[in-house]
Amino acid sequence: MRSMFYALTVAVVIAMAFWAYHENYKTQEAQARAEGVQQEISDARARLRMLRAEWAYLNRPDRLRDLAEINFDALGLLEIRPHQFGRVGEVAMPVEDILIIEEPIEVIDIIELRGEGGHFP
Amino acid sequence: MIRTPLRPLARILQARDRGENPDTIERENIRARHEEMRDKSRRRAEGRLFVLGLFFLFAFATIGARMGTLANSEPVEPRAGAAGAQILAQRADIVDRKGRILATNFETHSLYAQPQQMIEPERAADALVKIFPDLERDRLVKDFTGKRKFLWIKRKISPEQKQAVHDIGEPGLLFGPREMRLYPNGALAAHILGGASFGEEGVNSAEVIGVAGVEKQFDARLRDPARGHEPLTLSIDLSVQAAVERVLHGGMTIMNARGAAAVLMDVETGELIALASLPDFDPNDRPLPPSEGLPSDSLIFNRAVQGLYELGSTFKIFTMAQALDLGLVNPSTMINTQGPLRWGKFKIRDFHNYGPELSATKVIVKSSNIGTARVAQMIGVKRQQEFLGRLGLLEPTSLELFEAPNAKPLTPKKWSELSLMTISYGHGLSSSPLHLAAGYATLANGGYKVEPTLLRQPRNQRGAQVISQEAAAMSLRMLREVVTDGTASLGEVTGYAVGGKTGTADKPKTHGGGYYEDKVIATFASVFPAHDPKYVLVVTLDEPSENSGDEPRRTAGWTAVPVAAEIIRRVAPLMGLRPEIEPLAPTGITEVSQLAE
Repeated sequence: MRSMFYALTVAVVIAMAFWAYHENYKTQEAQARAEGVQQEISDARARLRMLRAEWAYLNRPDRLRDLAEINFDALGLLEIRPHQFGRVGEVAMPVEDILIIEEPIEVIDIIELRGEGGHFP
Repeated sequence: MIRTPLRPLARILQARDRGENPDTIERENIRARHEEMRDKSRRRAEGRLFVLGLFFLFAFATIGARMGTLANSEPVEPRAGAAGAQILAQRADIVDRKGRILATNFETHSLYAQPQQMIEPERAADALVKIFPDLERDRLVKDFTGKRKFLWIKRKISPEQKQAVHDIGEPGLLFGPREMRLYPNGALAAHILGGASFGEEGVNSAEVIGVAGVEKQFDARLRDPARGHEPLTLSIDLSVQAAVERVLHGGMTIMNARGAAAVLMDVETGELIALASLPDFDPNDRPLPPSEGLPSDSLIFNRAVQGLYELGSTFKIFTMAQALDLGLVNPSTMINTQGPLRWGKFKIRDFHNYGPELSATKVIVKSSNIGTARVAQMIGVKRQQEFLGRLGLLEPTSLELFEAPNAKPLTPKKWSELSLMTISYGHGLSSSPLHLAAGYATLANGGYKVEPTLLRQPRNQRGAQVISQEAAAMSLRMLREVVTDGTASLGEVTGYAVGGKTGTADKPKTHGGGYYEDKVIATFASVFPAHDPKYVLVVTLDEPSENSGDEPRRTAGWTAVPVAAEIIRRVAPLMGLRPEIEPLAPTGITEVSQLAE
């Protein structure tokens, strides 16, 4: 009974050591991966900053104004002026399409018939 | 210790008498003695065990506590921390009120040389001069072949230049990463932002430090690594600032002015929506302070904040507002304007002769120096001084700009009766256009003090009450009349009910000795819409002269006012201000019935 217990203990120790060994390598791998991702994030951040700076540079008011002037023929952009403000009530309602009558039926005769006590066809 | 005998004679004799075996007594005594010895040794052993137990408990507790602290503390070098991100975001961005970037960082490289590693120093020098024409070949050759072990060649180079240097193939030419401050909008808002340069420099990195403006004022905040990711939000609106600078530049050119400044301020929050000073510079390449000439002529001089000028008649409304507040006059009180007004050797004159007397409103509308001086005499030196102090016109503004605390208004050394009169119409006291804007904002904010600020404010300011709401409202009605019937008639912008006051002050000579005949500072301080004030705009032109007529016109009504009107026309829609039909002024009858209630 006692030797059984010893053998079992030794086996458990070996199994635990094996497990710990694997866990160790798995942790190291995960850390390396995390570092890689971290690096990617900081690269992406740097790229984002660069793009933001570029966006701000391309959208600087001087450049937009020059572009609006160069492309005036195509775009016709002017500075916003006070008279361009409007009220919602000033916007015209959309005109609804009038229903198109495709096969007109003559109704005058029918009414006349009814007046004379006649019947519908 | 007294040993009890094993065979006490008395008991043995008694036992013998009774015929018992006396040996039992001896055995009994031996047993008792052994029991005693056993108890004693057990107590000792138990004591030792207790001490040992305590020792182990202590040892385990120590180890346990140590393990606990190790488990709970931050590892010294976090392997999975966001270390890389912080290094990149070295200095926080600066953005405008809508989050558009005003200043950000840009990664570039610096170029340095280690001459002892060079193989062909002369060829490298030749090639470098081809890439950077501003370098001197002889100097480079001398440096490369001399005893120097290290030298900087360029602080900042572009990626193309880096590739070109790389293509030289010289192992002694090395690159270091550099963070560079970039102002993508160029010269826009240059005086607000200031500029940045390198502080401590190393091969692998360099400190970026602010040298002026907001960059210097908030240097510690911008460099704080814990707040590197949150940008500094200013109250400036990029598109409004651009429009103001554009119109101001146009106006400055048309009016042949040397310089110009504009301050646009939100009345309720004190936020500066635009702050312009021309001529300006590119903060990406900030010029050095001038070594000769006047500092106030340099490009880096902020006329709106640092420039102290006598702002002329724009001050009259402060005198009138105080008189209204004190109940000394009301808008229709008649004031003696018979001129000239003599004070000792000094004479006060008006631009035109306005007859024997004018109502208080007309004194402002016609801009009568004599009338204002008479009102000031009613107020007195002490009260005027105290009032201007409460308006903030005697101390530097609290604006968050590095240059602001040095702009302390110039006041007369001795505030005499004559100073009282000249200051009442804006002479003898020099202040910045920003001071003037803050003073007008206080009038427009119902008399509550407004401090100008460059940071986005979450809520309205409500400072100390400087004058009563009624006096403030009456002053605004006077300002409105200046535009409808007075000196600022060109300032009318349909739909925005501009109210304001012009001011034309002769420029004092640089080296003392009176004033120039033909050089003026023309100022227009305005509030719009006058019936429900939202914004204050101050436009100042330095030495303007409008030459379209027969003779040059220099008064503010002809120079600063049309420029300000155009700014309002352009900027008000940008700020979402809808043009409105001005409500009619209350008629005399309603006023009487209100009083009767």
